[in-house]
Amino acid sequence: MAENNNELSYKLVPSTCVYCGTGCGVLLEVTGNRLSGTLPQKDHPVSRGALCIKGWSVHEFVHSPRRLARPMIRKDGELVETDWETALQAVATGLAGARDEHGPDSVGFFASARCSNEENYLLQKLARAAVGTNNVDHCARL
Amino acid sequence: MSDLKTIVKEKLAGGADAFLCLKNEEGTVLPALITDADSPDLEFVDVGESRYPLGRILIDLQREYPDKRFAVLVRGCDERALIELSKLEQIDLDRLVMVGVACSTEEAEACGCPRPYPGDIALGEKVEAAPGREVIDEVESLGDAERLGWWKEQFSRCIKCYGCRNICPMCFCKDCALENPHLVEPGVIPPDFPSFHIIRALDMTGRCIDCGLCEEACPADIPLRSLYRKMQDIMEDKLEYRAGGSVEEKNPLSFLGTEHDIEKLEQE
Repeated sequence: MAENNNELSYKLVPSTCVYCGTGCGVLLEVTGNRLSGTLPQKDHPVSRGALCIKGWSVHEFVHSPRRLARPMIRKDGELVETDWETALQAVATGLAGARDEHGPDSVGFFASARCSNEENYLLQKLARAAVGTNNVDHCARL
Repeated sequence: MSDLKTIVKEKLAGGADAFLCLKNEEGTVLPALITDADSPDLEFVDVGESRYPLGRILIDLQREYPDKRFAVLVRGCDERALIELSKLEQIDLDRLVMVGVACSTEEAEACGCPRPYPGDIALGEKVEAAPGREVIDEVESLGDAERLGWWKEQFSRCIKCYGCRNICPMCFCKDCALENPHLVEPGVIPPDFPSFHIIRALDMTGRCIDCGLCEEACPADIPLRSLYRKMQDIMEDKLEYRAGGSVEEKNPLSFLGTEHDIEKLEQE
């Protein structure tokens, strides 16, 4: 949990729940500079003031200590921190190796609800145009 | 509403560090904390048609900012919540100024509120409404077995979102019985009958101020408000107490008294 600067401030930021494709309206509570909670948006046209348990908890992962803050590479079975250049190089080498050896359909791409529409578009473009596979799926495919 | 804007400015000038109210920005009504008279939010302050758990928000604000004084826009239900929360030592009314707004006839009827206005009304006009009793009447017309079946059917739709608890202005416990794996089995939907819903109904006894936010937040349309309303009826009938009424009246479930008092009660 981030330290609060304790300046008197409370804001609700309207947003859309990222957990699935339904698109429920959430209000993210910001107390001081800390994301402190979630409320349902009462007049939202999709969710009309209701949320499921994931929507109610949507703020929790932001300050989660389990959230990865730096790229990691598995070396001898252990995850080790690395820099982006090394991490991306490892991904590119691994993907190209798999494609060259076993064909493009040996590779799959898994997009995320926590990315923007544009970022997900770029991921499928990488899959289809660069690697040559239609194996694209999504964590929010309900 | 220009009147509300004037009131917010007055309270800020009169010693309140911040005013918790609602704003309507681009058609979306949401709570807003206004901390100074130059705030751009002042242009959008509005009573709005959506209700939010302002009591729940104020508990957090008073904890986070213990040296600040707040003013808050209250409907009848918000006022009841704050009064009961003060008795439960969750809200400090000495650091709080309430500005009352009466609900319109339309709002009061749609909501089925037992008292759609606060004690002091600064905005709107007081109207009376009859509390909605359709569900209670329907259930009470059934025999015991049918009644049990009726409630089981309602609770079978529960997706265990915890929205009823999360939106509730009267729910503040750090350790919630509904998250105790010995009482409510994790990962099971719908929750076992009667554990989840009956635990909540019992916890609401003498505490529920009948705002109906639980029922509004329920994605499964479970008639929670009627269940808790019936609990309050029983409470009033047996212990002559209804939550949220007055600051002076003691909640019979929130104190035990001295040993002498208990002995005296036992003798009676």
